[in-house]
Amino acid sequence: MPTSDRGRGAAGVIHDIGYQRYTGVRLGRDYAVRSLYVHGVRTVFGLGRGPKAKIFPWFSASVLMLFAVIDVAVRAKTGTLPISYLNISRDGVLLVLLFLATAAPELVSRDLRNKTLPLYFSRPLERTDYILAKYAALVTGVFLVLAAPMFVVFLGGAFSLNGAHAVWREFTDFLGGLVWAAVVAVVESAVALLIASLLRRAAVATAVIAGYFLLTTGVGQAIGAIIGSDTGKNIGNMLSPPDVLEGLKKWAYRIPFTDIGGFGPAYLTVTVLMTAVAVALLLVRYRRVSV
Amino acid sequence: MIEAQSLTMRYGGRVTALDNLTVAVEPGVIGLVGANGAGKSTLIKLMLGLLTPTSGTVRVFELDATTEGEAVRARVGYMPESDALPPDLSAAEFVTHMARMSGLPRTVARERASETLRHVGLYEERYRQIGGYSTGMKQRVKLAQSLVHDPDLLLLDEPTNGLDPAGRDAMLTLIARIGEEFGIAVVVCSHLLGEVERICDTLVAIDAGRLLRADRIDAMTTQQGVLAVEVDEGTDILAARLADIGLRVAREDRLLLVPLESDRTYDTIMQVVADLELPLHRLDERRHRVAELFAQRTGEVAHADK
Repeated sequence: MPTSDRGRGAAGVIHDIGYQRYTGVRLGRDYAVRSLYVHGVRTVFGLGRGPKAKIFPWFSASVLMLFAVIDVAVRAKTGTLPISYLNISRDGVLLVLLFLATAAPELVSRDLRNKTLPLYFSRPLERTDYILAKYAALVTGVFLVLAAPMFVVFLGGAFSLNGAHAVWREFTDFLGGLVWAAVVAVVESAVALLIASLLRRAAVATAVIAGYFLLTTGVGQAIGAIIGSDTGKNIGNMLSPPDVLEGLKKWAYRIPFTDIGGFGPAYLTVTVLMTAVAVALLLVRYRRVSV
Repeated sequence: MIEAQSLTMRYGGRVTALDNLTVAVEPGVIGLVGANGAGKSTLIKLMLGLLTPTSGTVRVFELDATTEGEAVRARVGYMPESDALPPDLSAAEFVTHMARMSGLPRTVARERASETLRHVGLYEERYRQIGGYSTGMKQRVKLAQSLVHDPDLLLLDEPTNGLDPAGRDAMLTLIARIGEEFGIAVVVCSHLLGEVERICDTLVAIDAGRLLRADRIDAMTTQQGVLAVEVDEGTDILAARLADIGLRVAREDRLLLVPLESDRTYDTIMQVVADLELPLHRLDERRHRVAELFAQRTGEVAHADK
């Protein structure tokens, strides 16, 4: 880089090589949004931050990975998977929740609390870009913690299963699992991020997200118990994001012997609505947020 | 460079932050002064396209800030008044991130972040977490993030806020350098006129959302020169004699203040003092401080410390 000595006179510091104007490329808004997304994914996993920021995401990810290890080990002995691809999100629901409840506030509550938003919005990227990049980062995070164990299970299966047919079936199961992981990530991230975007304090946001997911499940079960029968249970399931998703999964993947009755389309509708409303409110929230 | 045309901004239809403001300024170091609540921050946010004016337009670099905000923001750096920094990142990391948000490629962003932090005087400490910084250091990080992408215009909202006198001086010197040596136009907002008049070449004063005055600072000061005369004795006689020959004399303790109307005023006073055989203690030109100009129009601006 060429040096100029424009600044030498007044500063009087020998090492001062003076200010240099920047004449190189400026990559504009798309690049800024992509950079914010990458920064967000790193934030979700506590990368580039202190050890404290890594505790929760890596705890969740590790335990979910443990599921995969157990899966592979058990299948080697018995030939069946104790936790199927599709059930990792169900059996690890609390781990996913822990991940969401700590990652979402890291992404948005901190910027609100630290009043960093004016620094973003005084740059070329738009408010909508900002929140969509954050949302994409959270979706990616949740997807990765669910998809990584699936990948390990698949690898284990690919090496131990006999015959191309079995491996192919394993592969389609794995793909189905990945699609499901993406759906879970898209839906639950939207709800968690919306809650976090309304709260400045990260700890409070974590508590409210966890509280929301757990309470809606609890209330749903109570409703189900009061009404009784499968119909009551299905109605109760419509409140909590993980319960809605379970219902949707049973219907969409045609899982046999379920209790969802004719509620399949209802689960789909609620899932879509829940996500759409959360994303719409997020966009409104950031259009209105004062800087 | 900046042109506001009948700019009006009302919040919620009730609070009027800017009221039919029309002003045009050329590049340089521009002081934007006014009491708190005068509309300074609102004006800056309108220039960035962060707010949409109730009526009127504001153009920056001949671009409409409201409709072409993205293009304006690509060329502008903004330092907000309030704290705006994440405590758990290092200055180097945060400023690099902000450089990328302004479109600088990854490696360039890192290089320029270090460079800029060095320019604002935070080289050694740049890998420490911002949370451990003093107020002065945080202000420097805020300045660095506004400068890292090499904007053509810097908008600094109360950059000396919360700094001790030495910190203020250092910050002002730095801003003056940015304007003069770096060749970047700067708008400095302040409620302390005395502070910005030192480093500005243009001054825009607003009060209650209206323009009080906008002019080059040399135009404001030279017109209004005064001669300060002090004699060891006979102050009253001198005052009377000067008044007799048609000069407007004002008393200030032992000083007589005479407006410097032409080059001959000086000679006239010398002559009168000599004629009266008074012991002259001092006779010098006192540059009217800009504050006094505004003080005549509004008591607020000059000493609004709150």
